Amino acid sequence: MSNHDVAIAGVGMHPWGKWGKHFVSYGVHAARAALADSGIPWTDVDFIVGGETVRNGYGGYVAGATFAQALGWNGARVATSYAACATGAQALDTARARILAGMCEVALVVGADTTPKGFLAPNAGERWDDPDWLRFRLLGMTNPAYFALYARRRMDLYGATQEDFAAVKVKNAKHGLNNPYARYRKEVSVADVMGSAVVSDPLHLLDICATSDGAAAVILTSVDYAKRHGLDAPVRVRGISTVTPTFPNTVMDMPNLSTDPSAVVGVPDRTFKESIGHAVYEESGLSPEDVDVAEVYDLSTALELDWIEDLALCKRGEAESLLRAGDTTIGGRIPVNPSGGLACFGEAVPAQALAQVCELTWQLRGQAVGRQVEGARVGITANQGLFGHGSSVLLSV
Amino acid sequence: MTQAATPAIEGWFTTGPEPALIGSRCTSCTCVFFPRVAAEGGYCRNPACDGETFDEVELSRRGEIWSYTDAQYQPPPPYIAPNGAGEAYEPFALAAVELAEGIVVLGQVARGYGVCDLKVGAEAELVVETLYVDETGERSIWRWRPVTTQETQA
Repeated sequence: MSNHDVAIAGVGMHPWGKWGKHFVSYGVHAARAALADSGIPWTDVDFIVGGETVRNGYGGYVAGATFAQALGWNGARVATSYAACATGAQALDTARARILAGMCEVALVVGADTTPKGFLAPNAGERWDDPDWLRFRLLGMTNPAYFALYARRRMDLYGATQEDFAAVKVKNAKHGLNNPYARYRKEVSVADVMGSAVVSDPLHLLDICATSDGAAAVILTSVDYAKRHGLDAPVRVRGISTVTPTFPNTVMDMPNLSTDPSAVVGVPDRTFKESIGHAVYEESGLSPEDVDVAEVYDLSTALELDWIEDLALCKRGEAESLLRAGDTTIGGRIPVNPSGGLACFGEAVPAQALAQVCELTWQLRGQAVGRQVEGARVGITANQGLFGHGSSVLLSV
Repeated sequence: MTQAATPAIEGWFTTGPEPALIGSRCTSCTCVFFPRVAAEGGYCRNPACDGETFDEVELSRRGEIWSYTDAQYQPPPPYIAPNGAGEAYEPFALAAVELAEGIVVLGQVARGYGVCDLKVGAEAELVVETLYVDETGERSIWRWRPVTTQETQA
């Protein structure tokens, strides 16, 4: 055990869906579930970190305080994090830093969202210096169009097919069938995916994740506190990567219209997404060979294949071979997204990176009923937030 | 497109017979950026350089296709449909093209071309076409046009 480990004393979620309720009610539900799971009373929590939600008004901007007030002011220190899709990892990292500094013992980290319908579009008003606004005005470049660029590269460079992408959806739909927190719990066939409308070539509607309401919460404690609390072998956080890109970032990233220039300084050793995984392996002292299970951000089916390679779980261009061999299915060599992933959840931005941690905690405790990866001892999460936010968490028992 | 068309965004590309994107070259480290760096308060993004002054440069007009896709559904606002309200939506293709400067630049694909005309690694050339029409008239934008094999050999 390294000296920068922290313990996960409890996890909890609100089921994903389109419930149309206020985001605070989801967050409180998840927080109370995590507290109950840990057996720690709310009044013993001395730090709360909320994941900011930008689409839910002022209460969403100060999410940490909003949840603290809803749970009943208990005098805890408070923080609010925003890192787009990486929000949960950043919030977790904030809590971990304070625990490791000896400045708190028990932290509640919670993220919740209520999402609008349809494409995620920028806020109203003309903003000629904002790439997130300009990409729509000048190009009509939606989020799925970026996912489609990555998917197309897999086809032209590595021989991936649309049927491969569909097979990712089929796998994840099967994984999520018994997950009580998943929004979509229905088997899907390759023909279903191929028969759904093309949104942005080569991706079909069923290749692309929906947006959902949902919430997830984690109770993080010092290893000492966990021991005193009777948790002798808790799931531990071994590493959290919140790295930013290293110049030049040469992969076209949402919501940008261009990449950094590489002609003068050369292409870096690792792409941004490769560096996210590399940092968490380095911090934890573990390597890709140690990983038993992964939860990665399948905003699109094809993106799951990219992440498998970015996390060095196989060589570049080989993810389709793993998929076709059943290696990434539960029961295979390295199961990916046993929760069902975003394919079964849809995205609830500030909660999603925490939901990945909740799932891996259940997996490593052997509590993932109906979707258990047998004997899993090490798990990794990965995602990436807009505007240069890396997110990867490495957990072990 | 008529001569009267004005760029949908000022100062990002030229509109002559050989149009090109306009970038900013750092006077210290020579890195070239697109979109151009703001005239005031603009900083070189190279972490090894603290340059704050830039020369305006035209970027390469041709590059290699990095990837491509299309928009089968009309994007939400602030996208403006080219045909105006009430008219049928026409899907368009999009491409990311890597230039000699080492920059990959997104753009719509020239009118009349679709994803079947594109391939990762193939060549594309910058053109300027009408993006939409508003109360001030036609507004133009840069687009990527696939270069045919014959053109490449020529």
